[in-house]
Amino acid sequence: MNKIWKRFLMSILALLTLGLFCGIQNVIAEDLLVYTALEDDEIPRYLALFKKSHPDINVKIVRDSTGIITAKVLAEKDNPRADLVWGTAATSLMLFDQAGIVEPYKPQGLSRVRAKMRDSNPVPHWVGIKAWMTGFCVNTEEVKYMKLPVPKNFEDLLNPVYKGQLVMPNPASSGTGFLTVSAILQMKGEAKGWEYLSKLHENIARYTHSGSKPCKIAGAGELPIGISFAYRGFMQKKKGEPVVTVFPEEGSGWDVEANCLIKKPGIKKAAKTFLDWAISPEVMKEYAKVYPVTAYSTDMPIPDGFPKQPEKQLIENDFQWAAANRRRILAEWSKRYDGKSDAK
Amino acid sequence: MAETALNSAANQKLTLRQIFHGELWLKRLIILLMCIWLLVVVVAPIFQLLSKSLADEDGNFVGLANFVYYFQTPSLSHSLPNSIYVSLMTMVISVSLGFLFAYGLTRTTIKGKGLLKGIAMMPLFAPTLANGIALIYLFGRKGLITRGFFGTFPGIEFPLYGPFGIIFAEVVYTFPQAMLILFIALSITDARLYEASDSLSASKIKTFFTVTLPGIKYGLISALFICFVLAFTDFGAPKVVGGNYNILATDIYKQVIGQQNFTMGAVVSVVLLIPTVIAFIVDRIVQRKQVAMIAARSVPLVPKANRIIDSLFQVFCILIVLLIIGFYSTAVFASLVKVWPYKLELGFWHYNFTGMGGGGYAAFFNSIRMSLLSAVIGTALIFGSAYLIEKVREMKLMRQIGYFLSIIPLALPGLVIGLAYIFFFNARGWEIFGFYVPNVLNPIYGTMAILVLSNIVHFYTVSFLTATTALKQMDIEFEHVSESMGIPFYKTFTRVTVPVCLPAILEIGMYFFVNSMATVSAVIFLYSADIPLASVAVANMDDAGDIAPACAMSVLIIATNITVRLLYSLVTRKLKRRTQAWISK
Repeated sequence: MNKIWKRFLMSILALLTLGLFCGIQNVIAEDLLVYTALEDDEIPRYLALFKKSHPDINVKIVRDSTGIITAKVLAEKDNPRADLVWGTAATSLMLFDQAGIVEPYKPQGLSRVRAKMRDSNPVPHWVGIKAWMTGFCVNTEEVKYMKLPVPKNFEDLLNPVYKGQLVMPNPASSGTGFLTVSAILQMKGEAKGWEYLSKLHENIARYTHSGSKPCKIAGAGELPIGISFAYRGFMQKKKGEPVVTVFPEEGSGWDVEANCLIKKPGIKKAAKTFLDWAISPEVMKEYAKVYPVTAYSTDMPIPDGFPKQPEKQLIENDFQWAAANRRRILAEWSKRYDGKSDAK
Repeated sequence: MAETALNSAANQKLTLRQIFHGELWLKRLIILLMCIWLLVVVVAPIFQLLSKSLADEDGNFVGLANFVYYFQTPSLSHSLPNSIYVSLMTMVISVSLGFLFAYGLTRTTIKGKGLLKGIAMMPLFAPTLANGIALIYLFGRKGLITRGFFGTFPGIEFPLYGPFGIIFAEVVYTFPQAMLILFIALSITDARLYEASDSLSASKIKTFFTVTLPGIKYGLISALFICFVLAFTDFGAPKVVGGNYNILATDIYKQVIGQQNFTMGAVVSVVLLIPTVIAFIVDRIVQRKQVAMIAARSVPLVPKANRIIDSLFQVFCILIVLLIIGFYSTAVFASLVKVWPYKLELGFWHYNFTGMGGGGYAAFFNSIRMSLLSAVIGTALIFGSAYLIEKVREMKLMRQIGYFLSIIPLALPGLVIGLAYIFFFNARGWEIFGFYVPNVLNPIYGTMAILVLSNIVHFYTVSFLTATTALKQMDIEFEHVSESMGIPFYKTFTRVTVPVCLPAILEIGMYFFVNSMATVSAVIFLYSADIPLASVAVANMDDAGDIAPACAMSVLIIATNITVRLLYSLVTRKLKRRTQAWISK
């Protein structure tokens, strides 16, 4: 009997130690949990630089579309998991700020950052890294095949020949979708803006959840024209897809991709190190390789295919208005158009 | 001298009794632990989910208010009839095709039965997401069929995104399940019934309705229910080709992942759970009525050749198999094309996964690790439990409770398990009758352990029933003899039961591995950023619009599963020759 009990107890003990060991392991490895809405194919390039200069910090990345990251951070506000948010729409960070989730922090080298691209508080609540803007991805093969004109501006998109041929991101989940909708409402005024969106809705085949998906759908020829953002168009073309990027003549909606520190007990030093690094010249040059408008100018040439003066393509954007009205705009949008949204 | 001998003999006797006694308590303890474990991993999480659906966001009890809101909001409640519609369509098509195919395999003299059956089982190894992706390459705007093989033939356009796509993908997914159930039902029959029918000069059609159909009644009901439930609860295919046609499974995901609205996620889960549980209960009741079809004097039916019928079935079966091959070949081909449909160079570009979301090869190897762990731990746990329930004589009530708890997971869709596990394992503690109980299981949240656990529970019942069937075939005398010889039960278990049941054990392991590789529904809620998984990567890459790499990852999953399955056949064949020789004697 003793023997059996001994064996039994031993195995229980072994299991317990194993469990304890797993638990301890979790405690020792201090990781940095970063939430971001940067593109999947950007992140590894930037992170490689960080890993080179900070091999001791283990960065864990959670990447998703802007709206998903926003919802996630807000949902976790009582028990925040992320240490910091990197490269996510400033309008979203303003929401976090309102919810009291943001810990103000002044990263090293802040003085270089343009006033337009940071929070105006002396110790800023968020700091931008670059701007991204609306661009139409047009599949040249498909428009030729379907005998469609290439749209030059937002007005062109209302042409009935495009009925069921356009794809656009859902602003509730995509940052690109939101900045485009917000730009239309700001340029035209709310009443005319909604009128425009309702007409546009007639031509839309589907709303996606990711801002880059419309461009990828256009690149694959599933639909000829996707409303997306400029970077994506250039990347899809690089992969060999027959895509041109059109910058709407009225100007592009845009938003700042920015960083903020999350307020939680025991803020890690590594989080501040990361935020310092995220606006350092080293990585800023890497951002500038694919985005023409960065937090401060670098000596990098403007990436191929962008307008010569990219700042002029950007509309006057009132971020405060956009952030303050985000919830209302999205509720209204969902009420009107959600029927054509993808599942997510 | 004599005294000492007597003494030692008495000592020996005492130890024997002690062993016997200790063994009894050990048995009781393990059975008790088994019931507690099932209560914790099955019942408690579901209870937590149910209570979540009856509370508001701050956790106050609100009764059915959430459900009232749900059914009063058309954009939400529309999904229920949609779900029922696609599932019913899938059920009818799948069971009809499955029946014809199984009939061809069992009741006609067509050629190549083994090969036909083997290929027809292909969809069992694929994630349902892969079915959706293959459909895009067939019926999407630039699909093979839509554009007539890159313009070689005139194309036909189908409204892929919506019910058409979902039903098509679900039929591919459920066809082998229906076929296998009906295959077994059709195999078990008594030829004497047909002889009788023949001698009464009943027509072929009359025989079909009076002999064949009643004979497979129970199998047919099972097949109908299983196809309905699988289509009703599947999430992968509608995620890819559902478009804006909302169904319950994608709604849960939308509420939880898209909007972080866990309460509404719980409500939709309960709406999904109710029809599933009803189907499960009805099926259980019907199956219990089943009496043995085969009596001792039954004569197995040997199909007679009939030229017309045979060639019709031959054509039909080959056609189905070709469709399945074509379906998955399209996926393999598409994953190798550089830029579909513009640059048809072939290569492994999309198997690189750099700059893609989802985790690439790290995700793939995590999935293999997870599937291996699920297979080993799951098989050990389930076979052990099945042994205790089946072969132990003590604690009848406890064993019945254990049996009941082991059957429950069959009624639980993966999404429901995943969401219930978030609620249960992420809770910090509970207030029970005024006492605060901290959640000691919280640390496994976000680790590999919870992924493995969710898989074990998700695929528990089928494995459990396989084990029970295998154990039932073994004579209970083994246990009685060992017991009377004073050999403890765990020795009988390891030295006799396990070796004899090895084929069944391997089958359970294989079943666990294959399903853990392909499943997406439970784990999509439970994986964490540092443990990406292959099937979730497929979903995420598809979400980002990277369909070709998503397709490549699906192909990797299917290839792994087929390899494992082939290894399994190889091993069991050898094993059978070596260890199962006694069965035929």
